Amino acid sequence: MSMRKVALLTGIAALAFGAGIALAESPHLGKPIAPSDFAAWDLNVLPDGSNLPPGGGKAAEGQQIFAEKCVVCHGQKGEGGLAARVIGGPPKATLDGGKVIANYYPYATTVFDFIRRSMPWNAPRTLTDHEVYALTAYLLAANKLIPEDEEMNATTLPKVKMPNRDNFVVWFPDRI
Amino acid sequence: MSKLSKYRDREAPIQQVAGNGLLDRRALLGRGVMLAGAMGAGTAGALTGAAAEPLAEAPWSLHPGDQVPPYQRASHYEDNVVRTVDNQNRAPGGQRARTPHQLLRGIITPNGLHFTIMHGGIPDIDPAQHRLVIHGMVRQPLEFTLDSLMRYQLVSRIGFTECGGNSAPLFSNEPIQANLQALHGLSSCAEWTGVPLATLLDEAGVDPKAKWIIAEGADSPHLTRSVPLKKIMDDAMVALYQNGERIQPGQGYPMRLWLPGYEGNMNIKYLRRVQVTDQPGMTYYESKIYSDPLPNGKDTQFYFVNEVKSFITSPSPGLNLREPGIYEITGIAYSGSGRIDKVMVSADGGKSWAEAALMEPRLPKAFTRFSLPWRWDGGPAILQSRAWDESGAVQPTREQFVAARGQTSKPPPVGGFPGHHANPITSWGVDAKGEVKHVYA
Repeated sequence: MSMRKVALLTGIAALAFGAGIALAESPHLGKPIAPSDFAAWDLNVLPDGSNLPPGGGKAAEGQQIFAEKCVVCHGQKGEGGLAARVIGGPPKATLDGGKVIANYYPYATTVFDFIRRSMPWNAPRTLTDHEVYALTAYLLAANKLIPEDEEMNATTLPKVKMPNRDNFVVWFPDRI
Repeated sequence: MSKLSKYRDREAPIQQVAGNGLLDRRALLGRGVMLAGAMGAGTAGALTGAAAEPLAEAPWSLHPGDQVPPYQRASHYEDNVVRTVDNQNRAPGGQRARTPHQLLRGIITPNGLHFTIMHGGIPDIDPAQHRLVIHGMVRQPLEFTLDSLMRYQLVSRIGFTECGGNSAPLFSNEPIQANLQALHGLSSCAEWTGVPLATLLDEAGVDPKAKWIIAEGADSPHLTRSVPLKKIMDDAMVALYQNGERIQPGQGYPMRLWLPGYEGNMNIKYLRRVQVTDQPGMTYYESKIYSDPLPNGKDTQFYFVNEVKSFITSPSPGLNLREPGIYEITGIAYSGSGRIDKVMVSADGGKSWAEAALMEPRLPKAFTRFSLPWRWDGGPAILQSRAWDESGAVQPTREQFVAARGQTSKPPPVGGFPGHHANPITSWGVDAKGEVKHVYA
């Protein structure tokens, strides 16, 4: 391409995209990566259950794990302490407080997702998927959102009906 | 400038333009304009004091000073100009460091004073080993290194970042007695430089059915937030520099997501992964934390935008008035919806208002500094500021805010977060001794 043609094209680009940014060929410096190469980071569980791992767990086992690894911050009965209450709470949250799993979270998948990525606070990512399922089952059962003996797995967890799901108002719908 | 020069030559005294001593905003801008009352009792007293002792050479004028350091810090006389850091025991709730607005001027927050909230401490990330992965509903998942991002055409933009919980004490049913830093310190403004995230997503090839991205950090909470793809393609940045230097460890070193005007928590620090999706992740922070009960029994969802806000930085609690006379009322206004159009100031609790001068530059989604001269007569005053943005939004009065968003039934702890996205008018009460307190008016 002649210099003149380059100058002409650059001029057109500058007109089209504003003074500061000439139309630059995107550098394409990202390296293609295979899903298997970022599997350890691929943590997001979506409300429809997408990306929930295989396996499952029940409340009884989750209660044991909770007693061992969670009570130090969340209290013996999940009533809260150094960290938030995770079992029980008022029927309705107000500006005075009281947002809890049972009266607030729109989706049960959030419980699994948050435990798996962030908990325990001092040692995140040390729980197995099975343990996360068991803890999730324990919290949901203790909050009376599922029966005591129902296994939480990729099929059952997204189907848990959370009482507050339809109570939200999207503040700026035009921004989505 | 032509508008200003019109007033420059005018020698007439500046008139009071609103109740309780508010003066014309042009008084501070125009040279040669005499402030009516500037030679009042207070100033005369200062003149007498100055004459008592003749000036002499100071010790620092008599010998060479210190070695020039490679990285200059503020004078040790400014050691009080620091952030306040809570939760010194580092309980799992995280730590918050608040910007001392009352001790700063201009619109740029110095890097060491930029607010931060850490949910799991500040990680020590080796930039050479850090990776950013883009995947999900894209043609080709991609992995970027810091070195590779540095080869893109970087863009710079000045803008504010504000925690969704900034100003939360204003949800209290009674005015919480705390200074500006405690009330509004979770907001700062900097120049950010980085790569538009849209450029990287275009290279990965976004599926037309995609509507959201979920961004994730590399620190121990692996914090995730969902962001509408619309916002990402509009003005989201993978920021690498903050005020000209690499972003601070507490701001996401070596890279963060920066979303001009959107609540701070969404501006994922230590950005390591962006998943393109057709639905929001409903992560912990968007499901529970950044959602608030409303007076009508409903709960907010996807609030995202930090709406138009302003507050007076001086005078403010702790910056008391020593004597009657002329003062500059100055403060900060900003909006997540664009430029600040107008700031009005009141010295009589909202009975009358005067338009403040807006300092240049006046940038969209950035701090805008406002200013107005005021003659304090030594009596009680209630100082307020109210901002309008270019989208037409106006900062609510406290009454309007409480009607729409509610308030607590009893005062929460000073550092508590009863709600989010609080932007009502802030009122500073000045008593006859010149002491400044937080009041509701």
